[in-house]
Amino acid sequence: MSARESFLAEAAKRILITDGAFGTEIQNWKLSEADYAGTLGLSHDQKGNNDILALTKPEVPEAIHRAYFEAGADIAETNTFSANRISQADYGAEHLVREINVESARLARRLADEFQAKDGRPRFVAGAIGPTNKTLSLSPDVNDPGYREISWDTLVDVYKEQAAALVEGGADFILIETVFDTLNAKAGVMAVRQLEAELGREVPIMMSMTLTDLSGRNLSGHTVEAFWAAIRHAKPLTIGLNCSFGATQLRPHVKTLSEHADTLIMIYPNAGLPNELGEYDEMPDTTAGFVGEWAVAGQVNVLGGCCGSTPAHIAAIARKVGGMAPRQIPTLEPVTRLAGLEPFVMAS
Amino acid sequence: MTSTTSKPASTGARFVNIGERTNVTGSAKFKKLVMAGDYPAAVEVARQQVENGAQVIDINMDEGLLDAIEAMTTYLNLIAAEPDIARVPVMIDSSKWDVIEAGLKCVSGKPIVNSISMKEGEEPFLHSARKCMDYGAAVVVMAFDETGQADTKARKIEICQRAYKLLTGIGFPPEDIIFDPNVFAVATGIEEHDRYGLDFIEAVAEIRATCPHVHFSGGLSNLSFSFRGNETVRRAMHSVFLYHAIPAGLDMAIVNAGQLDVYDQIDPALREACEDVIMMRTPGVGADGRTATERLIDLAESYKGKDVVAEKAAEEWRSWDVVKRLEHALVRGIDAYVVEDTEECRAAIDLAGGRPIEVIEGPLMGGMNVVGDLFGSGKMFLPQVVKSARVMKKAVAHLIPFIEASKEPGAKAKGRIIMATVKGDVHDIGKNIVGVVLQCNGYEVIDLGVMVPWSKILEQAAEHDADIIGLSGLITPSLDEMVTVAEEMQRSEMTIPLLIGGATTSKVHTALRIDPAYKGPVIHVLDASRAVGVASQLLSDTQAEGFVSSVSIDYEKVRIARANKGQSDLLSLADARANAFPADFALKAAAPVEPGLHVFEEWDLADLAETFDWTPFFRAWELAGNYPAILTDEVVGESATSLFADAQAMLKKIIDEKWLTAKGVCAFWPVHADGDDVLLDDGTRLPMLRQQVKKSRGRANFCLSDFIDPAGDWLGGFAVGIHGIEPHLARFQAAHDDYSDILLKALADRFAEAFAERLHAHVRTKLWGYAADEQFTNEALIREEYRGIRPAPGYPACPDHSLKPILFDLLKASDNAGIVLTESQAMLPTAAVSGFYFAHPESQYFGVARIGRDQLEDYAVRRDVDLPTAERWLRPNLD
Repeated sequence: MSARESFLAEAAKRILITDGAFGTEIQNWKLSEADYAGTLGLSHDQKGNNDILALTKPEVPEAIHRAYFEAGADIAETNTFSANRISQADYGAEHLVREINVESARLARRLADEFQAKDGRPRFVAGAIGPTNKTLSLSPDVNDPGYREISWDTLVDVYKEQAAALVEGGADFILIETVFDTLNAKAGVMAVRQLEAELGREVPIMMSMTLTDLSGRNLSGHTVEAFWAAIRHAKPLTIGLNCSFGATQLRPHVKTLSEHADTLIMIYPNAGLPNELGEYDEMPDTTAGFVGEWAVAGQVNVLGGCCGSTPAHIAAIARKVGGMAPRQIPTLEPVTRLAGLEPFVMAS
Repeated sequence: MTSTTSKPASTGARFVNIGERTNVTGSAKFKKLVMAGDYPAAVEVARQQVENGAQVIDINMDEGLLDAIEAMTTYLNLIAAEPDIARVPVMIDSSKWDVIEAGLKCVSGKPIVNSISMKEGEEPFLHSARKCMDYGAAVVVMAFDETGQADTKARKIEICQRAYKLLTGIGFPPEDIIFDPNVFAVATGIEEHDRYGLDFIEAVAEIRATCPHVHFSGGLSNLSFSFRGNETVRRAMHSVFLYHAIPAGLDMAIVNAGQLDVYDQIDPALREACEDVIMMRTPGVGADGRTATERLIDLAESYKGKDVVAEKAAEEWRSWDVVKRLEHALVRGIDAYVVEDTEECRAAIDLAGGRPIEVIEGPLMGGMNVVGDLFGSGKMFLPQVVKSARVMKKAVAHLIPFIEASKEPGAKAKGRIIMATVKGDVHDIGKNIVGVVLQCNGYEVIDLGVMVPWSKILEQAAEHDADIIGLSGLITPSLDEMVTVAEEMQRSEMTIPLLIGGATTSKVHTALRIDPAYKGPVIHVLDASRAVGVASQLLSDTQAEGFVSSVSIDYEKVRIARANKGQSDLLSLADARANAFPADFALKAAAPVEPGLHVFEEWDLADLAETFDWTPFFRAWELAGNYPAILTDEVVGESATSLFADAQAMLKKIIDEKWLTAKGVCAFWPVHADGDDVLLDDGTRLPMLRQQVKKSRGRANFCLSDFIDPAGDWLGGFAVGIHGIEPHLARFQAAHDDYSDILLKALADRFAEAFAERLHAHVRTKLWGYAADEQFTNEALIREEYRGIRPAPGYPACPDHSLKPILFDLLKASDNAGIVLTESQAMLPTAAVSGFYFAHPESQYFGVARIGRDQLEDYAVRRDVDLPTAERWLRPNLD
């Protein structure tokens, strides 16, 4: 059975659990610059380069993956949010992109296999690809709205390099997450398509959008429905929302997406909104209560956490939705769904 | 994972208007701007297109002296930065694949590629198609193959069918294919060209029938190429062509919407001549020794440089002074001279050193105040007010360019009101009437249309700094959506008043469910005539506070009364079942004479018009009384008679010119009652609801399944819809003619109801045949004196709207009658009726009314949905 088939089979039985935040967990280790830098001899300060820990202090990501699996996660998302050529250039580590991704995926794979061997329940590895800090559809220069900091072809190459390394290291899926620019996501889809053509096999995509305002648009201005129309050609295994705000603010948009997407829905919100000190203080049971409402309403297939969530949050969510029926995938009529920033449906 | 919940999401545009001004090959002005590198001005062209209603914008940079890749990239990146342009999808138009691909790399939504074809063979065609799939784009496929462009009907069909097979073979989604079967010039004098128009139309119909889910597009300007320089004839030809091509399946066209004529306002002689040419109605040489083409060419001579509209004879009031004439036109709703009178008034004010806005602030508002006073004092009625508004809109439309040119602020309205029919709902007659009445009274109304999501309502309210939001809805699920809007208004900490209106809304629901969700004022508005009073009090400095507090005290009373009502009057479900209606199944109807499914492609409109129930038509216009007595009513008789005359005139056109098509389907299924469910022999379960309110004097607690024999019986179902209204509404809207717009919608509703009535009679006497020899007058039919009932999902006897998708699946209603459902189970087209047929002589209508938690839980299990879903659909029947 392919990873896609096995994932679909599990998702038909129950609500699956993905993991929670890495960044805030890593902070708890109070690592020094030397911990990050290891013996790689890089010229830049590595403090904050969370992804490089796969090479310099792998026991940190390993412990976090382990904690999330123990909390009940079915999916491990690799610690590779910024492991792309553009983001790593800020640390002078762009030559290590392949290595970081391969090692991160291997680590997650090893733990997933270990936990699966223990209880026979399938575990999955999602190779996480962040949006980079460049955007294809917005100009950084207010006086020159037609200017772009990066080209489509460059971004496709950047994504492809990362995706190829993640798959090489054993990732089951490519998770294009925290999509703030829909065109970046489309470039991600193209990168995976090119990778598939080279490998001669399918690499399933998981896709997750992030909202930047309460009316439900991402930074490039797309509504949830327009976003779905724009990336539906990816035939993603899951579509969903992550980060953004807390679960309460995501509520209406989860409902909309759940009604319009004919694939699995994966939602992993932040643990509420940060307090005035920038810390997340929403309690695990509170988060679980909020996301549990979506489960009751039959709107979700995969749940997890983003910024501020901890293994305790994931455990609380797993407890809350254990035994609840997953959302059933709706069958959509074959009508033409176009999109600008807003969706446009042509009648059949 | 199996997909058990079928989602009828098909709501959407029927005819897509593609903006064509951003095309260097079509617009000399745009070409000049791009060639000169004046991109800011070129961006404004796109903005105007969208503002003028383009739903997709076509962008083409194919010009020999231009670096098309560079120009396409620059332009697409620039419009991506303009949210009011970027909100609509883009059509990337080029004959070169490199240019298209450069465009695809810039477009963040889901665009249309225009175009690809088999011109260079199958491999390059499929290569481009695969790329479109990888980029996520729909495509226009030109009917072009290795041997050339398809000209005849047979070639168009052959090429498109071949392309369809190839594309679907590589997994291309069929709904993302748009065929352009080539519009060619007719009336060229070459005999082989005579069939080109008709071939296109017939090919579209044939391809549509054989290639499911595809769409059709065409460029119109080719058609009239032989009449270059004669705009009158060209416009007439385009309108006539669209009039026939749209019903055949053409669903998008690259055309300047402003340059189309209203079909039935084309000079009849010219229209006939165009139809003879395009539709090949008179092949060969006619009795006068000329061909159709020759007749059109001769006729065209007389239109060269002339305006089609002839001068109308001046009447007495035409000799009055201009201010008086404008008032007269407004009060009487006469639009024939309003543009020239407005212009005369504007020129006079201009000469006196005044500003164009003074025409609105002075004579026009003066006239509308007279209208408002007459309406407020009950001397004018809605149909007349709507006609007045039409005159006003035309006058204002004429003035807007002058006002904009003088860069002065717009007229100060009494207040700005956002109006919308909520998401999932498509009904807008009532909302449009309220909007018109408010406009007539000096309010600025921003109408967001139908199926508007809450996010857009809030966004537009903020953007326009609205003073009030007004929501409308006709079907029960819209009540929930209104609560959502209220919740979201609260979430955004808004404070402006929220008005609630529409057929299913009520003071009780507003008080119990909507008002508590929002801290700002929430007011239920019973009908259009109350809207002005409510708005003026809410926006008054002195009255607002008192008004709002009196309403909120009123709603609090409603809530207290409701809370004190208690539960005591409900039976348990078991007790209610014990008191079921004991039908005598010895009397049940025999099996249908003609079982199975029956499709009616086109029911005769004239036949339906004879069956009209006119009373609800007058009610839609807020004229109270029964037809025909209403025509001679002391108070509203004159207004009703005038409205009736306008309706009859439009009705005649609808029938004579086949504006609308009545499509329907019905079927009969062997069933038996299984508890409160009706179970089809094929296993489909139709759970029904039972009255639980305690009955007195031996009345039963009814459930529809009581009329079905548990030992075996028959059930029928039907869906009927009235199609083809969109192009007519579009031209009325383009002409600022709300009156005709509302009139046509109201008539379409009557056709749908009449169709349901006629089909039911046909079922009773012929298809099912249990009342083969019944004889009823129309009045008796309206009084429902016949045997059997046809309850509809979502209505009192069968309140669960979500049974509609099951009924529609059984009937294949979307294929057979072209009717689809929105997410709230509203039917599209809007003028549509569906329901079940029960034939038992004792079957009767009833209202399920309030039910208990026990039945809700039982129903959810029978209906196989979770509790929150059942709760959502049955909310109006719950406490």
